[in-house]
Amino acid sequence: MEPMMTMMKGNEALGEAAIRAGCRFFFGYPITPQSELPAYMARRMPEVGGTFLQAESELAAVNMLLGASAAGVRAMTSSSSPGFSLKQEGISYMIGSQLPCVVVNIMRGGPGLGNIQPSQADYFQVVKGGGHGDYRMITLAPSTVQELVDLTMLAFDLADAYRNPVALLGDGLLGQTMEPVSFPPMREPADDKDWALTGARGRAKRVITSLELNPEGLEALNLKLQAKFAAMEAKETRWEEYRCDDAELVVVAYGTSARIARAAVDAARSTGLKVGLYRPITVWPFPHEGLARLADRGVRQFLDVEMSSGQMVEDVKLAVLGRARVDFYGRLGGMVPTPREILSEIQKLMGGEA
Amino acid sequence: MKLLAGMPQAMSPVVTHYCPGCSHGVLHRIVAELIDELNLRERTVGVASVGCSVLAYNYFETDFVQAPHGRAPAVATGIKRARPELFVFTYQGDGDMAAIGTSEIIHAAARGEKITAIMYNNTIYGMTGGQMSPTTLMGAVTATTPYGRREENGQPYRMAELLAQMPGSAYVARTHVADVANIVKTKRAIKKAFEAQLNGLGFSMVEVLGNCPTNWGVTPAEANRYVLGDMVAYFPLGEFKDVTKEVLAGVRP
Ligand SMILES: Cc1ncc(C[n+]2csc(CCOP(=O)(O)OP(=O)(O)O)c2C)c(N)n1
Ligand code: SF4
Repeated sequence: MEPMMTMMKGNEALGEAAIRAGCRFFFGYPITPQSELPAYMARRMPEVGGTFLQAESELAAVNMLLGASAAGVRAMTSSSSPGFSLKQEGISYMIGSQLPCVVVNIMRGGPGLGNIQPSQADYFQVVKGGGHGDYRMITLAPSTVQELVDLTMLAFDLADAYRNPVALLGDGLLGQTMEPVSFPPMREPADDKDWALTGARGRAKRVITSLELNPEGLEALNLKLQAKFAAMEAKETRWEEYRCDDAELVVVAYGTSARIARAAVDAARSTGLKVGLYRPITVWPFPHEGLARLADRGVRQFLDVEMSSGQMVEDVKLAVLGRARVDFYGRLGGMVPTPREILSEIQKLMGGEA
Repeated sequence: MKLLAGMPQAMSPVVTHYCPGCSHGVLHRIVAELIDELNLRERTVGVASVGCSVLAYNYFETDFVQAPHGRAPAVATGIKRARPELFVFTYQGDGDMAAIGTSEIIHAAARGEKITAIMYNNTIYGMTGGQMSPTTLMGAVTATTPYGRREENGQPYRMAELLAQMPGSAYVARTHVADVANIVKTKRAIKKAFEAQLNGLGFSMVEVLGNCPTNWGVTPAEANRYVLGDMVAYFPLGEFKDVTKEVLAGVRP
């Protein structure tokens, strides 16, 4: 049977995908532009025998997530920028405690209270750590509603496989976009974690903690975590290349900006300019490899496009490592670039007409 | 041969890190004895908070998780919601519960979360070296109130009374462990709190007045006299909420 296509908003599709991935516990706190997600969970969770709980704050929500995850169930929380700042405490503890979970950031304009327009200005915060201590988490950056669904399913599997939180990084535009989408079949929640706290019936007690007072012990834990992060880098790096084969200039963008940049690439191609798009799907681990290959192949110009002041551009420069020129175009504060703006940047860089 | 006294099964056979004369040990033992008596060892998850008792997980033979400072009630909520068949308790200090974690404890109580919170109130931050806590008595000298706690630092407030007001709390009491009679009473109160959870009646909490000879800079005997005198005078003992009888009798819905 063909999978059914339905029209759905990004935020709601994300919720449905989580449920289909076997997530039965959702802890949330309202913030625009992700509020449809908790609302969807509030409606849907009781139908599948799950639990939706509106916490008193993002701090409480993320720590409820910590508890549920320690009890061995698939659980999720979501927020938007200012709320995500508050979640960083719990994320650091969950990484230290090796607890799997999925955390969603549907970004909006900042800093501070900012506004409720789409933005990508939390790249540093989510991708480079944000919370305290040496840590990493796989961060998936979908650019369509369908991909939001697919990557949400993947996020839960990766979280369990590595016993580490996994982030879904989107923005207000993706969350609010309504598109046709198809869902994979419902998966039953698994209950087989051999480290979970379930009451010490017939076995020795289990303890989950991020505390290790002895520095040698804590260094050992950190080395174990670092080895895990290295395995993630080796196995979980994902990206997409679009019209890059003969490209002379490659636009680098993720999420919503990538979607807009794709239209700009098509427009440039139709005027005869050899332009491609490189789209990181995991923004951590950052896909250095494909970019390095393009630079080796002779691409002399990269144009990084973001809805921020150029946070990912640092990773692009590292990947290219002086072999090519890296320019940046970005809009700030909740402004979304248009394909026309990006095209005109491309034309400027390639010496064509603006 | 009949064993007349020994370690509770729920207590790990290890030496604790607590200072000599500190009553954290007494309170741990009470909790462990009750876990044994109510046959809860194989269905308990304890939540350790940040403070001197952060290592509580080393002392109980039950599953345990360690929560960020103040967030134990939220962590406990997550566990209990995920596995309602578990018996879940938090063990927190006054700094953990009444300062950084006020929001989490009030809302867990308001929601009637079926967990039990135990607060060890020694009116001071023990672990970080004796700073003022929200329950520090007026005039008391601490590392951060070197001239004594004054008006400008605010006045100590009463956690048990506060939580008793929450619609979701089923049992809330304050006791102390500075003499034998009250150790027995504390055990009785914590037993009621545990039973409130086991009967699904809602949130339960026992605030236990304890000492901190080290940071108060006194002997254990003097420390207990301070509990019996100044502390009890400001923090009245008693049960501030107890719906167990009415609810179990079916009086309330
Ligand atoms: C977020 C955060 N802030 C501060 C601390 C430092 N800290 C550790 S223990 C503690 C106070 C604990 O006091 P209390 O809860 O009264 O417990 P006690 O040590 O007296 O038993 C503080 C502030 C921390 N670990 N985490
Ligand atoms: S510092 Fe105080 S509360 Fe902490 S173990 Fe020592 S006596 Fe007990």
